Amino acid sequence: MKPHTFVVTVEDLPGVLNRISSLFRRRNYNIDSLTVGHTERPGVSRMTFVVLTDTPGAERFAANLYKLVNVISVADITNTPAVYRDLAMIKVAAPQERRPEIVHLVEVFRARIVDLSPESLTIEITGGEDKIDGLLDVLRPYGVLEMARTGRLAMTRAARANASAPAPGPVADTHDPQVSYSV
Amino acid sequence: MKRTGAQILWECLVREGVTTVFGYPGGAILPAYDAMLDYPIRHVLVRHEQGATHMADGYARASGRVGVAIATSGPGATNMVTGIATAMMDSVPIVCITGQVGSKLIGSDGFQETDITGVTLPVTKHNYLVTRAQDIGPAVREAFHIASSGRPGPVLIDITKDAQQSSCEFDWEQAAPKPHARPERIVNPDSMATALQLINSAQRPVILAGHGVIVSNASATVREFAERAQIPIAMTLLGIGGIPASHPLNLGMMGMHGEAWVNTAIQEADLLLAFGMRFDDRVTGNLKTYAPNARKVHIDIDPAEIGKNVPVDVGLVGDLGTMLESLLPRVAPGGRDAWLQHINGMKGESAVRDIKNLPDDGHLYAAHVIHDLWRATDGRAIVVTDVGQHQMWEAQYYHHDEPRTLITSGGLGTMGFALPAAIGAKMARPEAEVWVVAGDGGFQMTMPELATIAQEKLDINIAIINNGYLGMVRQWQEFFYERRYAATPLLSPDFVKLAEAFGLAGAAITRRSEVIPAIESARQHAGTVVLEFRVEQEDTVYPMVPAGADLHAMIRRPSPLVETAEDA
Repeated sequence: MKPHTFVVTVEDLPGVLNRISSLFRRRNYNIDSLTVGHTERPGVSRMTFVVLTDTPGAERFAANLYKLVNVISVADITNTPAVYRDLAMIKVAAPQERRPEIVHLVEVFRARIVDLSPESLTIEITGGEDKIDGLLDVLRPYGVLEMARTGRLAMTRAARANASAPAPGPVADTHDPQVSYSV
Repeated sequence: MKRTGAQILWECLVREGVTTVFGYPGGAILPAYDAMLDYPIRHVLVRHEQGATHMADGYARASGRVGVAIATSGPGATNMVTGIATAMMDSVPIVCITGQVGSKLIGSDGFQETDITGVTLPVTKHNYLVTRAQDIGPAVREAFHIASSGRPGPVLIDITKDAQQSSCEFDWEQAAPKPHARPERIVNPDSMATALQLINSAQRPVILAGHGVIVSNASATVREFAERAQIPIAMTLLGIGGIPASHPLNLGMMGMHGEAWVNTAIQEADLLLAFGMRFDDRVTGNLKTYAPNARKVHIDIDPAEIGKNVPVDVGLVGDLGTMLESLLPRVAPGGRDAWLQHINGMKGESAVRDIKNLPDDGHLYAAHVIHDLWRATDGRAIVVTDVGQHQMWEAQYYHHDEPRTLITSGGLGTMGFALPAAIGAKMARPEAEVWVVAGDGGFQMTMPELATIAQEKLDINIAIINNGYLGMVRQWQEFFYERRYAATPLLSPDFVKLAEAFGLAGAAITRRSEVIPAIESARQHAGTVVLEFRVEQEDTVYPMVPAGADLHAMIRRPSPLVETAEDA
């Protein structure tokens, strides 16, 4: 069992997210994170899932997603070189006398301060989960008042456009060389 | 030319080949019902919407065509849920059409408003909420395609009242289903080669034939495969009929109430060839000890089934018939006499199949009734069963030789299925002899559909196996709950009078000698006959693998009666 990252494109229609979350609930999948947003193609939404499962489980996860009519493509990019990004906004207690320390930490993590109030700072950070967790760790002693995170976004490293989605035409079989498909 | 949404609905249904629908009208579906009168559709008025879905299901299973059920919003739609779930579990193509409150009212808790697309989301292959007339055609056409393609299943279309009433231009061609982008899957030649190597080198292989054999119309191909390679075949409950019971390589049903030699053969096998089946828990018993020495090759059209319950060595995803045809030329012929003789030996030793040896002590046994029904109908009837002991006895004692002649709720195990499903089967195949075999419990769940039979003037014969108990539950209480019969003793109406009240014929049978004459007279009678067989009350289905137990750990028949192969 390990975290598997899936990039899934779906038709941008009402109820599609509900269909997908219903599938996860019904099949008892353990979702670590889920993001949804628009893509470069109108009418197509892109979802990134992180699911804790083993390799056969990941294949059934993809197969079950493909059973949903509105799902266009499913790619398990766990073993593909890819860029992962998460975005967090962290509101931290910041009395005047401790602000310089916090601003310094923000610089070290290449984060940004996006809002100020007399009592607090709001910090925006993008990066891998580890980097965000690291900033959180050092901010916690100051008092984290509020946090919002997007969850993992992923994009494979490849020259081809939209490399995360399977190319049109025949695709290679799944990771298990003994399972193959025809439709 | 402009048409109303309701007209578009019927136009599409007729062009999809629909001639019969099963339904119940109500406020939100009234515009569709009004338009229906202008189209060549036979509408069967059910007595409960659950019945409509089971009828559509029975229609589909008997014919292979898509069955159609129609109901109004709210309670009409929610009453359909059990039938939809039944069709989902058994991969049956049905299309359910429900009315919905006007689109402006949606979300306001309007009268008879239910979020039926939300409710049925986990039990449909796909569903639609249609709020505009111009979306009806594409939804219906796509629904028929989805229901009947790949692994079949139920599709629901929820149409608002205003969408039925408003008008738009309609063009059949433009409403054609647009292809949903899917990566094209190709069979890995290595997987095929591995499968062939496993098949050709196996000494003790067994074919596990499931519902997919029937759905894929692959009966002949599976037979050819088995005959060529001399591989014995075990069937799932829903696989029955896919291979003739009389075929020498056909061992019979596997699983919880499968015969001992079948389950033992599976446990001793060195290769399982799973053809269109999904390793249900009722088939495998304890997964940890299931077929411990067997390699496994799984052919199924649904990739999500590969490796779901049982890890397999090779999974081949695709249409069973097509897949087998490509394997066949490279399958080495025969050469498994020792294995087949070994299984035949076990069959002879099994202390079972005691029809001839059941004590003729004046008591009537369900096994007698089913056996006699099989003899009297020459094994050629379409038998539609309910769920419970009688269902297992039917599977054991009625020997089906043709696909689509046993119609039964396997996956969901829906009591009340038999009577409405039989109505659907009869509508799909009016020339066929259709029998209902139901228990006294399940029959009472949907017995108002007798009125549907009377209204439609159908000729279906009904055998109620009345043992005064919810028999299968009672059996579990006997084995696992110290015979504490909580809520299983069951009072029934006088079924003969009940039949008469519906204008149907009825008879009660209490002796073995009366069974065949009663069946014969029911067959001669033009119209439906309800036969109530008052059988032994505390009879038990053997053998039995307790839920979760090892497949070879069967509870055997207690009597030392010895079965001979010719009884089987």
